[in-house]
Amino acid sequence: MGQKESKREALLGMIKEEHAKSGYLSKGAMVEVSEALGMRVGDIYGVTTFYSFLSTWPLGRHVIRVCKSVPCCMKDAERLIEWIGKELGIGPGETTPDGRFTLTLTNCIGACDQAPAILIGDEVYGQLTPERIAEVLKSFD
Amino acid sequence: MPEKRILLKNCGEIDPGQIASYEKKGGFKALGKAREMSPEEVIEEVKASGLRGRGGAGFPCGVKWELARKSPGKEKVLICNADEGEVGTFKDRYILQNDPFSLVEGMAIAAYAIGVKRVYVYLRAEYHYLLETLRNAIAQAKGYLNGVKIEVREGAGSYICGEESALMNSMEGKRGEARYRPPFPAERGLFEKPTVINNVETLVNIAPIVLKGSKWYSGMGTKKSKGTKIFSVSGDVARPGIYEMELGCTLKELVVDLAGAKGVKMVQVGGSTGGIVPYSMLNTPLSYETVLGSGAVVVFDEGRDVIDFVYRTMEFLNEESCGFCTPCREGTEVMMEILGRLVKGDGVEEDLGALEELSNAMMASSMCGLGQTAAVPVLGTLKYFRNEYETRISQSVFLRSLQPVKV
Repeated sequence: MGQKESKREALLGMIKEEHAKSGYLSKGAMVEVSEALGMRVGDIYGVTTFYSFLSTWPLGRHVIRVCKSVPCCMKDAERLIEWIGKELGIGPGETTPDGRFTLTLTNCIGACDQAPAILIGDEVYGQLTPERIAEVLKSFD
Repeated sequence: MPEKRILLKNCGEIDPGQIASYEKKGGFKALGKAREMSPEEVIEEVKASGLRGRGGAGFPCGVKWELARKSPGKEKVLICNADEGEVGTFKDRYILQNDPFSLVEGMAIAAYAIGVKRVYVYLRAEYHYLLETLRNAIAQAKGYLNGVKIEVREGAGSYICGEESALMNSMEGKRGEARYRPPFPAERGLFEKPTVINNVETLVNIAPIVLKGSKWYSGMGTKKSKGTKIFSVSGDVARPGIYEMELGCTLKELVVDLAGAKGVKMVQVGGSTGGIVPYSMLNTPLSYETVLGSGAVVVFDEGRDVIDFVYRTMEFLNEESCGFCTPCREGTEVMMEILGRLVKGDGVEEDLGALEELSNAMMASSMCGLGQTAAVPVLGTLKYFRNEYETRISQSVFLRSLQPVKV
């Protein structure tokens, strides 16, 4: 394995580490990663924007990902988005003014047996009702 | 046909955090037995069992191993594909949550048979909450691994990275785009090294095969589909969840008898690009010869709208297409546009012909499985529910005729 290859192999892990630390990948961070790996900034940007869990702009402290794939849709995922919107006053793609939550939609999270399901951060919450989602959201600071 | 728990026999019976509870159930006996055999003998056993890939494509597992073992190259790689992104599939999650040791044992046997010192597990970002359980299981099993290193790599949210060539690009720090084949991974895969990529469930089959023999294993199933399969059942059923069945069982036994579905209109088997089975064909056996894929089973009752479902599915495929090859990138886009028109009541008669024509082009010319099979639900519903498409269009034409003509 060439040295360049082994360096590039570390890219996704480095991006994810920076993402976990700052909540997103800033332009400055992309430049830093590119210098550390000897890669073009454009390549870092290209890889970052390929993945739906990586963002190039700041997100809220907790990212809510509502599953919108077919099994969850069949269990009212669309109304779930409305319920969350009512609690937080935001729609998909938006962040609460206090920076607490970002609401976003995602594809199948493999929790179809608990539909409708969401991820908040890394945790799955399933079988959501208006009452339960209100409770869950309250438990986050 | 009742459930047959071979792969899931430990789930709920052992503590996924304690290797001792797995050992008590006979864990790692298969690995011991495999090491008394030669690697070639292990591969022969897996070949003879008839085990085929459980991720969806169904390639014979033993053949894959043999190709990689015989490939020239000092260093070879085994990758366990735990990027379970197929819509409606959650079997690998269930295995990782409840019995990660079975997977570790399967990987250890595979590593021995293929001649691999380095194993990777590619875990999807959505399953980050399983990382600790998996890492813990690998760490506890260290004494059994004979120096084989198992490392977990995480994805970052991408359906296509479950496709093996895209997965390798992702691991190499590139965009997760599909690769041209040949060369196939068994010749030149991760960093050009001979590589075997096996799904989680496939690897969990290995220990029982080694322990009880290929003859026992191939006694289950149909002619071309051996063993049992784990099904993920969701949608309009009373009891959604995981069911392990002998291959060849009927769809009706699974969704009606076990999962408690009522008033079934259709079932999609195998994920977003899986086959459509209408109610009248519910006695279809589940196998590679008919419908199977990843084992995702999404049930739709009589209240569901077919076109709405196909539109959502195409929206998914369009979003998740890696965008590298034109037929898939543009084809899914145009299909979504046409289906969106149909959903909104703006459809025209020519739309159905256009969908069919586009389907053929995409199937013939896309680079990987996503584009090649993206049209499957479109063609399936057009075949069995064409009247719904036609009614939607004729009603749309009628409703538009009531509007005043704009001058």
